[in-house]
Amino acid sequence: MTSTLTISHLTKTFDGLAALSDVSLHVAAGERVALLGHNGAGKSTMMKIILGLIAADKGDVTVCGAAPGSAEARAQVAYLPENTAFHPALTGLEQITHYLRLRGESPGQAIGLLDRVGLGHAAKRRIGTYSKGMRQRVGLAQALIGHPKLLVLDEPTSGLDPVSRRDFYALLDGLAAEGAAILLSSHALTEVEARTDRLLILSKGKLVASGTMPDLRRDAALPVALHITPCNGYAPDLMAAFPGATLLRGDVHLTCAQGEKLGLLAQIAAQHSKVADVEIIPPSLEDIYSHFSRRDGQ
Amino acid sequence: MIARILATAATEARIASRNRWVAIAVLLMLVFSLVLAAAGSAPSGALGADRLSVTVASLTSLSVYLVPLIALLMSFDAIAGEVERGTLPLLLTYPVARWEVLLGKLLAHLGVLTLAIVAGFGAAAIAALFTDAGAVAGLAALWRLTWSAVLLGATFLSAGYALSALARRPSAAAGLAIGLWLGFVVLYDLGLLAAIVADDGGVFTTRVFPVALLANPADAFRLFNLAASQATAAAAGVGAAAAAIPLWQSLLSILLWPVAALGLATLAFRKVTP
Repeated sequence: MTSTLTISHLTKTFDGLAALSDVSLHVAAGERVALLGHNGAGKSTMMKIILGLIAADKGDVTVCGAAPGSAEARAQVAYLPENTAFHPALTGLEQITHYLRLRGESPGQAIGLLDRVGLGHAAKRRIGTYSKGMRQRVGLAQALIGHPKLLVLDEPTSGLDPVSRRDFYALLDGLAAEGAAILLSSHALTEVEARTDRLLILSKGKLVASGTMPDLRRDAALPVALHITPCNGYAPDLMAAFPGATLLRGDVHLTCAQGEKLGLLAQIAAQHSKVADVEIIPPSLEDIYSHFSRRDGQ
Repeated sequence: MIARILATAATEARIASRNRWVAIAVLLMLVFSLVLAAAGSAPSGALGADRLSVTVASLTSLSVYLVPLIALLMSFDAIAGEVERGTLPLLLTYPVARWEVLLGKLLAHLGVLTLAIVAGFGAAAIAALFTDAGAVAGLAALWRLTWSAVLLGATFLSAGYALSALARRPSAAAGLAIGLWLGFVVLYDLGLLAAIVADDGGVFTTRVFPVALLANPADAFRLFNLAASQATAAAAGVGAAAAAIPLWQSLLSILLWPVAALGLATLAFRKVTP
């Protein structure tokens, strides 16, 4: 497997406070990896180290076979900062043209790039007149320049409406299919779980979980909830049959571990004459995320 | 490398033009130069020099104040502004070296400043030539003044970048820039004058003073133009000192300062962590 980004035992401390401690990870070519964590979990710090904007205290980082921040790495890495900003006096077209020239690409591609992110109509307006979502798209357009091997995207969908978000992830799919490695950060697990190949969860500078959504679901081993709607008047009978249950608005609520789910269902089925309906509620994505991001001493 | 520097220069020139800096700089130089050209017409006959040479002497004094001021006003925001707007982190992830960014900005800003200097000096020269046919004799002095003023501008533009990188906030950078201007252009000379008066012809006046003049880019610029010009007599103040210091020394100072200032700016910019 060719790894575009490799981080091993990365540690970074700011004024005695550990921003990242002993983080190891890798992102392969064509892989879309989501980096999740609360504010201050170390996401942006890690991205800045990958980009070579700040130096690591300990550990090794390799970006496209080169040191982070080296000319070789910078030529192959694209970045979309959180709250991306540009000079307000320039038009979108001028700004993208400038970035194309800095990467040694033909300035003629500028309008095509802006069209790709749905900004073609506003290309000749000054960025000072743009909305936050439009600025974010200028940021995205510049990240597409020159077929980067690694894209580092810091909360790329903040400020985008739901339709734009869908378009954005479609763009990412295309880039990954062409072999680009993508590392993007987000607050929302619900948004990224269907659109990325792997999830990483940072909490207080530590990597607390890593894997696909099914992996995380299994590792978290959160209890499953079962809601039984009793037939008229049978609630007390069911409460007696299931000692751990609670009664809430006439429904009988039960929880059990993943492995006990089928056994419990069989017990419920045995009471079928008293049961009107059964609903199985798996742990939500946000439950799983909270489980991992809180695990460390919170 | 060249392409990246030129791309930065083109974008910065566009920003300077949109921010009205081109208009402001040209207008300032034009107004002050024409005022001097008009005011300088009175004593020309008595001195026996041609009109243009007299105007050049006045323009030298004007440039010592105005060129550094315009240069610092244009440059103090260069790095601090990028930090405050939040545009710096993205720029630094591009395959462009920091010195290339600085050189691109310098090219654009120096272009604007050169335009303003040429417009101002040109207008003053036309006014002088219009009223005195013998003013052609002063063209060489005017040419020397023009390119040395551009070098003086490059020095203070670069100094502005250095302050901008050190301050990291535009308001602090503006304060430092005004301080630098006051220090180099106004207080430095006052200090030297006070020292000379106190020294009364001693070691300071003969040894330290010439070196102190050469060490200040604004003073070196004034020395160079006054020493080289026929109109030394028309200038007050450092006239005697100008005669005592060889021309090559002041020339060396005005040539070295832009390089040194740009080097300092690059060092300061390297220390900026986005």
